[in-house]
Amino acid sequence: MKMSSYIRVDGRKVDEIRPYKIKAHILKNADGSAEIKLGKNWIVAGVYGPKEHFPKFEVPQDRAILNCRYHMAPYSTSERKSPKPSRREIELSKVIRSALEQAIFLEEFPEMSIDVYIEVLQADGSTRVASITAASVALADAGIPMRDLVVGCSAGKIDGHIVLDVGEYEDKEGEADLPIAIMPNLKKVVLLQMDGKLTHDEFRKAFELALKGAYKLYEEQVRALKEVIKEMEEIEKGDENEK
Amino acid sequence: MRNSDIRKLTLAEILKIKQVKKLFKEGQRISERGFMDYRNIDIKTNVVEKAFGSAMAKIGDTVVVAGVNVELGIPFADSPDKGILIVEGEVLPTASFSAEAGPPNEYEIELSRVVDRGIRESEMLHLDDFVVKEGEIVYKFFIDFNIINDDGNLIDTANLAAVTAIATSTIPDIKYVRENIDKINNINIKDAPRESIKIHDLPIAVTVGLIDGKFIVDPDSAEEVASDTLITITHTYKGEICSIQLLKGSLSYEQVFEAIDIAYKKNIELRSYLKNISIKVV
Repeated sequence: MKMSSYIRVDGRKVDEIRPYKIKAHILKNADGSAEIKLGKNWIVAGVYGPKEHFPKFEVPQDRAILNCRYHMAPYSTSERKSPKPSRREIELSKVIRSALEQAIFLEEFPEMSIDVYIEVLQADGSTRVASITAASVALADAGIPMRDLVVGCSAGKIDGHIVLDVGEYEDKEGEADLPIAIMPNLKKVVLLQMDGKLTHDEFRKAFELALKGAYKLYEEQVRALKEVIKEMEEIEKGDENEK
Repeated sequence: MRNSDIRKLTLAEILKIKQVKKLFKEGQRISERGFMDYRNIDIKTNVVEKAFGSAMAKIGDTVVVAGVNVELGIPFADSPDKGILIVEGEVLPTASFSAEAGPPNEYEIELSRVVDRGIRESEMLHLDDFVVKEGEIVYKFFIDFNIINDDGNLIDTANLAAVTAIATSTIPDIKYVRENIDKINNINIKDAPRESIKIHDLPIAVTVGLIDGKFIVDPDSAEEVASDTLITITHTYKGEICSIQLLKGSLSYEQVFEAIDIAYKKNIELRSYLKNISIKVV
């Protein structure tokens, strides 16, 4: 695919992701946790469960319930955001849950629930896909059996150019925004939203670009999880030496 | 769209879903239509005289009523030169066994926001046309829709009702309102002289389902539960995509494009139902 030489507001090329870093196992109390930094985005995800679900009457007998809350801190945006869940947050919690449900073996835990809490501490565009990327690392960190990791990335259109990893400015001023999340090994799309206007050709280009970004972030997810395993092995080794 | 995750289905519903899946294997749908066929579509306009615009859309047994209201309001701080558009929908407790009164649940919020996105992103209304006094007074459009009866495919039906209600609205004459702004308030705005609304696009939402690897359009409520995947794609007048929402399940990369092609073809078909209603796109 030929890429244009357009330079974006923050100096990036059209197919460039902002600097990113994922860290797993960052919360002491949660069963699994992760943090992602993507540009100025700073998002923390914590997982509790699988645990017994209450109230009992609403429990499906053949699988676990996945609860998911996407929430933005009041100070995460330039204008204060009310801490009570907005309609946008309720919708995003729903689509993120639906995406993660595709990956988790919920049928392994009948009558249980798994809680995923996503807290956006600083928002800088593309928060929903960064959230899902962190949440799936947190689920893996909790040792919850999954078919695949889930990784998200966005593409968009600004000044007529299709660009990768939409930043806050591009989200506000751009012509279109296409967040996607995939299961990278099973090659399945589990979250797909779009707003703005794209022709079918532009959509294909944006979709393929977002896929490319997602596979890059997948490598970072794997790296973050391997890092945790390495740290744990070192702790174990230390314990053995003491003995 | 119904919340089958938590709610236990009735025995009749479970049997219907089983029947849907069984027939599907034999290449049939429960209502004996083809995989790419919509149920009967019926659209009526001006069903609520008191609103500035209204419509009732039916797809099969799904019935949605939509109404448009216009008020004077203060513009948002980040867009002082734009009118305000608010699209909200609710599933009424009359709609089905599982529908409940009370604040909207996440499925209703998603439904409203998907319909909102199609209308907003298609730029059907040019909101900068509706400024009375920049930074101070603008038109505030409320597009409210209600699901009266739910037999699936709420988004496509709600979208048809909402865009028809908007497109057939007569709104307070903006020139008159600007000139007489000292005398006009939210109580007497309904008495101001009216003009036909100018619309610049007509977004059409098409929901595509996937059962056992095969695509269908216009799923009824049993088919929605039986579907592994549901995705809504909204097209503009010119055939651009203006909104996508994966509602449920997953798709392979190629299936994404297949779903979009199906939605594009069906969007042209649905548009023909609006031709009779003398809607002019400027």
